[in-house]
Amino acid sequence: MSETHSDIPGPVPAETPVPERGYSMGREKLMLFLRNAMGVFGLILVLLFFASAIFAPLFATHDPLAMDIPARMSGPSADHWVGTDQLGRDTFSRVLYGGRVALKIAAIGVTVALTTGLILGMVAGFGPRWLDNLLLLVFDTIRSFPTVVLALAAVALLGPSLELVLTIVIVTTIPGYARLARTSTLALKNTEFILAERSLGASTARILFVHIMPNVIGPLLILAAMDVPVVVTIEAGLSFLGLGVQPPTASWGTILNEGYLIIRDTPWMVIAGGIPLVLTTLGFTFLGEALRDVFDPKLRRGR
Amino acid sequence: MWWYLLKRLGLSVVIVLMAIAALFVMLHSIPGDPVSIALGPRATPEIQAAYAEKMHLDQPLAFQFLIFVGNVLQGDLGTDVFSNRSVGLTLSEQLPYTITLAVAALGWAIALGIPLGCLSAIWPNSWIDRVTGVLSVGTIAVPSFLVSIWAILIFAISLRWLPVLGAGDEGDIIDQLRHLILPAFAVGLGWVGYLARMVRASMLEVMGENYIRSARAFGLTSRMVVFRYALPVAVLPTITLIGVGFGGLLSGTVFAEIIFSRPGIGRIIYDMVLARNFPVVQGAVLVTIVLYVVVTLIADIIVSWLDPRVRDSL
Repeated sequence: MSETHSDIPGPVPAETPVPERGYSMGREKLMLFLRNAMGVFGLILVLLFFASAIFAPLFATHDPLAMDIPARMSGPSADHWVGTDQLGRDTFSRVLYGGRVALKIAAIGVTVALTTGLILGMVAGFGPRWLDNLLLLVFDTIRSFPTVVLALAAVALLGPSLELVLTIVIVTTIPGYARLARTSTLALKNTEFILAERSLGASTARILFVHIMPNVIGPLLILAAMDVPVVVTIEAGLSFLGLGVQPPTASWGTILNEGYLIIRDTPWMVIAGGIPLVLTTLGFTFLGEALRDVFDPKLRRGR
Repeated sequence: MWWYLLKRLGLSVVIVLMAIAALFVMLHSIPGDPVSIALGPRATPEIQAAYAEKMHLDQPLAFQFLIFVGNVLQGDLGTDVFSNRSVGLTLSEQLPYTITLAVAALGWAIALGIPLGCLSAIWPNSWIDRVTGVLSVGTIAVPSFLVSIWAILIFAISLRWLPVLGAGDEGDIIDQLRHLILPAFAVGLGWVGYLARMVRASMLEVMGENYIRSARAFGLTSRMVVFRYALPVAVLPTITLIGVGFGGLLSGTVFAEIIFSRPGIGRIIYDMVLARNFPVVQGAVLVTIVLYVVVTLIADIIVSWLDPRVRDSL
């Protein structure tokens, strides 16, 4: 999506929406992406998610931990835009701060899982047959644990914490990246440019990281965009069960949990806690699908 | 075919064994005294001593593992440390509730999702295709536990149409069905979208194949072409998807059981985690994994039976 040749002067000003042929690949792809209404909508939602999480202290109308007992469980008002919880804390501000937890888990979790999955997948695809089989078996085993059940078992042993949620997210999403990287690596393994490189005496590490990785990473990045909703949902789900982020820290999951307990008194908390979750999921899904359609139409059938 | 079955079965067994090993390692890798971890802080010293001897904790680790595997293979999942009941018995009481919920959720999702995907592939870019497209992304985007909460808010609290808590009175089928509606709706909703998209994509691909064109050229009716020739092939990837996605479905039932206070495997794992009753957690996790592996196995066998090409892929 990056603009690589923007310095080349063209007959049409850059802001003209008419797609022009003869430009660099980057511009053509960008035009293709901008014409995808869903993709642009997704991008806006994603940017909104980043902005609201990063600048939460600027937008928040209250301290997310400040209690105002007389105004507890109130509905929307000029002071509290979407009401307050059972301790009188401002739900709007708590939702904004909850976005920070979601962003943190998504950013760290997806990055680590992508990197690890990429390396393991390339090793599985390029390495000896027995290593490939072993790694595949490990991936299948991990996938055979239903995520929530695995999380419950881990929490039973180690106690709830944000770090544990992060670990679970990483462990359960690695196989997806690894399998994708492995399939692409296998397809590249015996192509002529790799064979040529090998006959020139290049080391395995050089072949993997200089030649295979650039060809493999594209689909993985698209998968990463589509995985963010999964990761955010796991965090919210575990926090909802009281097994993730611990009170009084605000997270969309804990807000939903506290709101669920007082659902008969006020519906506003479960509404306010749920909407950002849905918007984030929608945003990343639309963005991921638009990127996939633009850059890698073949991936469509994969997942 | 038999060779494929044998290999596929072998893979399932290995996965279950690996899962058992992973559970075993997890249990033994935590710092601290295994007895007090396994039994929780509420166990008395007498229970602890009896447990240590019964679990062969004085033996080498490899030996303990073999005993553990042996017991599991004999169907002995251990004993509930607090009530002294057999874990297997407790779980066999809970399992039907979870399976009922999973089947009901998947059932309505299949009944709605496959026809929707099929119709939108037959008439691409029609209004039904557009509605299905928006609907399927929408349903996938809302996490199932959020669907549960919002469904309670709308149908149980605002409209007061349906009951919320429990699984209904024993023996009263109508009451049990009424209690099943909301959880099954919540767990299945995302699947409607998944299935519709999957069927649409594979149906579109199949409809472009040469043999469909031949069938049309022979003058068969559209209905005949779609139902006799295209749909059976297009539905194959869906069966695999259901198999692979069953783990996610089980995660969904865990949330539904907790939110709706229904009995079931997920609820018992959650309750026992909070009570730190580890033998029950361990047994229930194992049962869930075996359930998942069996379902994927069945899905793969069905697909390989219908589609011989798959048999070479293992």
